[in-house]
Amino acid sequence: MKADKVVRSTCPFCGVGCQLLLSVRDERIFRVEAPFDAAPNFGRLCVKGRFGADFVVHPSRLTAPLIRRERQQPGKRTAATGPDDWREATWDEALDVVAERLLDLCARYGPDSITANACAKATNEDNYLLQKFLRQIIGTNNIDHCARLCHAGSVSGLQLAIGSSAMSNSIAEMEHLECFIVIGSNTAETHPVIATFLKQAVHQNGATLIVVDPRQTEMTRHADLWLRHQPGTDTALFNAMAHVIVKEDLYNRAFVAARTEGFSQYVESLEDKTPEWAEAITGVPADDIRRAARSYATAGAAAMYWGMGISQSTHGTDNTLTLTNLALMCGHLGRPGTGLNPLRGQNNVQGCSDAGGLPNVYTAYQPVDDDDVRHKFEETWLAPLPGKPGLTVTEMVDGILTGQVRGWYVMGENPLMSEPNLRHAQHAVEQLEFFVAQDIFFNETNVYADVILPAASFAEKDGTFTNSDRRVQRCRAAVPSPGIARPDWEIISDLARRCVGRLGKSPSAHFTQNADHLIEQWSYAHASDVWEEMRALTPDFYGITYERLEREGGVHWPCPTPEHPGTPYLFAEEFPSGRGKFWPVDYGSDSEQPDEDYPFILSTGRVLYHWHGGTMTRVSALDAIWPECTVEMHPNDAARLGLETGDWVELSSRRGAITARLLVTGRSPEGTIFIPFHFAEAAANVLTDNRVDERAKIPDYKVCGVRIARSTAPAGRAGADTLLTDRGTIKDPVVA
Amino acid sequence: MPTESNTPTIAITLNGQTVHAPAGSTILDAARRAGVDIPTICYHPNLTANAVCRLCTVEVVGSRTLQPACVVPARQDMIVNTETERVNAARRVILELLASTVDLHEAPEIQDYMVRFGVDAARFAGGEQREFPVMDDNPFYVRDYSQCVMCWRCIQVCAEDVQFTFALTWGGRGIDSHVATFFAEDMPDTSCVFCGNCVGVCPTGALKGKVEFDLEQER
Repeated sequence: MKADKVVRSTCPFCGVGCQLLLSVRDERIFRVEAPFDAAPNFGRLCVKGRFGADFVVHPSRLTAPLIRRERQQPGKRTAATGPDDWREATWDEALDVVAERLLDLCARYGPDSITANACAKATNEDNYLLQKFLRQIIGTNNIDHCARLCHAGSVSGLQLAIGSSAMSNSIAEMEHLECFIVIGSNTAETHPVIATFLKQAVHQNGATLIVVDPRQTEMTRHADLWLRHQPGTDTALFNAMAHVIVKEDLYNRAFVAARTEGFSQYVESLEDKTPEWAEAITGVPADDIRRAARSYATAGAAAMYWGMGISQSTHGTDNTLTLTNLALMCGHLGRPGTGLNPLRGQNNVQGCSDAGGLPNVYTAYQPVDDDDVRHKFEETWLAPLPGKPGLTVTEMVDGILTGQVRGWYVMGENPLMSEPNLRHAQHAVEQLEFFVAQDIFFNETNVYADVILPAASFAEKDGTFTNSDRRVQRCRAAVPSPGIARPDWEIISDLARRCVGRLGKSPSAHFTQNADHLIEQWSYAHASDVWEEMRALTPDFYGITYERLEREGGVHWPCPTPEHPGTPYLFAEEFPSGRGKFWPVDYGSDSEQPDEDYPFILSTGRVLYHWHGGTMTRVSALDAIWPECTVEMHPNDAARLGLETGDWVELSSRRGAITARLLVTGRSPEGTIFIPFHFAEAAANVLTDNRVDERAKIPDYKVCGVRIARSTAPAGRAGADTLLTDRGTIKDPVVA
Repeated sequence: MPTESNTPTIAITLNGQTVHAPAGSTILDAARRAGVDIPTICYHPNLTANAVCRLCTVEVVGSRTLQPACVVPARQDMIVNTETERVNAARRVILELLASTVDLHEAPEIQDYMVRFGVDAARFAGGEQREFPVMDDNPFYVRDYSQCVMCWRCIQVCAEDVQFTFALTWGGRGIDSHVATFFAEDMPDTSCVFCGNCVGVCPTGALKGKVEFDLEQER
């Protein structure tokens, strides 16, 4: 088929940030390809990027603003899933309602009664404006997003150790790795295109791959060494590797002396952390720990890549610190092919954080409690700004229950699929006084809203995304939005102008300038105007312009000047914190451990074919290939319980229960059950635990106690009359 | 990665002109650097070259047979001619044989070559056609091997050139040989992960996304 036009854009799914070519005919995307000559993917895509974009034309897209017919009362808020529960409204009416209600809450309970979720799928420009709206107009720092639920443990650990939390090295370096460790990352399913480069490093360039994972992911097939530890015992394993490196004198003395601090205290803490001690805790043979330590330490350059297995834990910060300790003692930082690389999940989770979608920082991690920084933003934004950091997403839930939080603004997120302990989160949502959601579809969360604002999808708007290796790339409008849906940045700007208009007339107006100046500032004509304001406030992005992105395709920040080439790998000279700091870490766990009542460990994660809460992929061709939740159980456990693949089982924890079918597979170790979290009809997070890492505030999605019992097909469950293994490509990948 | 500045270069004579290229370049690399267009079908710059289609065939002085430029290294003082009558005759026959056996209506680059080399598409007409039923066995892409020129790109991206999935192989012998899955299983029952990187490198309409396929059927 001949295209009317071919539009270059960036993939809306994972953090690799693959470049796409969208072929359009009659205002419909009919083909997705990738440019062969462009970083980071060089022509490669995965199933989601190439075949998953059809969600943008799904008939269930939101096309007009919706207002709940029945006014919701705190404590009695319900989910509105019927067609008669909502009525369509004009933008004028819907945005006036939102402005009125938000400002009313603000006046009655103060600005900190309102919180917002930014969106790791929206553009940098969308997110910049949402945090500006909250800080400048509402007057609160209560803004956070789902990064809290994925890499918060990595971020807090990396900040403590080196003062920077982004991936330190670029995707382009991967093919030329010498030695690398993949930890708690199902890379071939969660970052499939990155996985292709990692596999090539092993098979074509002879790199040594060490995989650390309780689960048998595809990456283990390519590994020289697979350390299969008990879930939650990471710190013991990495401390023992550090012990070996010190005892065998394999550490990098020059690097330790020149670039780090706290080494001697740290070494003392390792004295009793022998490989034999770790073997007893982790189940990994002591000699394998020694081999891994020697491989990593003696390589000329070695890198670490990790995912949720490290971060999503009550001790996610500690897990990360044991990794930073290893990299610092071996000097595997600041050179090509080295580094500490948390693989970011969402396509713009890096960018959402960079754009200030966090409760403690403005753009590029400039702290809200630094007076000089705050004054700079106050000058541009023409309003006094709050200096106290706001609530994290995990704290927002509790904030609602204590009465501090009354109003909620959710842009493009689905917390009632992604929060842990969903019933608890749902109970909190029911207490809200006002709830506005902005999205492209109905989801499990926004059905509780008072107003839903219909947004443009990635294929319908201009802007920028920042991928996992800090590369800022363009997103370009290829097709028109359905109905009267608008880009997020436009919706927020319109709302902001309405709020300013109201506040400007009231005695409580807190702006430092006449309201007209603010309205003029909020009248952006294009996403590039928003970027211009953002880069002027952000030294790390100052050298990146739309014109330059047009020319170069993408630029890695930090990029302080227009002449600066961008920074593919960080820390060549020094760390943002000066010297890298060693942190002694003791083994221990606050996670809910299995016991007599709940004898299995539950671990959650993803399958290749779906995206997170399923909002985008359950309404695309992807759903046909993996249409239901599968409960993965080890063959020995299944045999003991008399269960087989395809049996319906009820899985329950102290927090709730779900029903799904069993997939017997050796992928998970004995005693551990794995389920993906994409399926609302069997939502994994009904079961998970909402206790958090004290420092990172990240919940524990990888370890909690569950029990399992034979069950029957729930009434009306789609596909229940078909054999599990006849549905799509569902099969046991270990045996198959 | 070695930079160009510290890589030794060699010189060859290409169509009478002296051209320079980094040591280790193929004749095709050297020609493209010099702006000389050698036609290719199976060759793809991101993949391993296999010299399957032979359209890139060139004459190397001193060689008995024509040489496939995509895999033959350029050597110091080599004399290469890319557009001799012998070369063009070989290319015409390759294209005429393809046209007689394969449905090329969705292969615009090959059609352009047929014009460029003055091909008589009907020269070998009436012989055996490669005909296969359209395979529509998964939600993402459709396989029509009647349009397949057997360039090998799809098998390679599925294997060590990109994906390490190994879902594809050769099936059949002689005129019946074709790209296949192991044991001719439907795609959802193979190791396929539906990345579609095979679709991305297909030079004809043999592999096509299902959205595009369905929209064409509706038209």
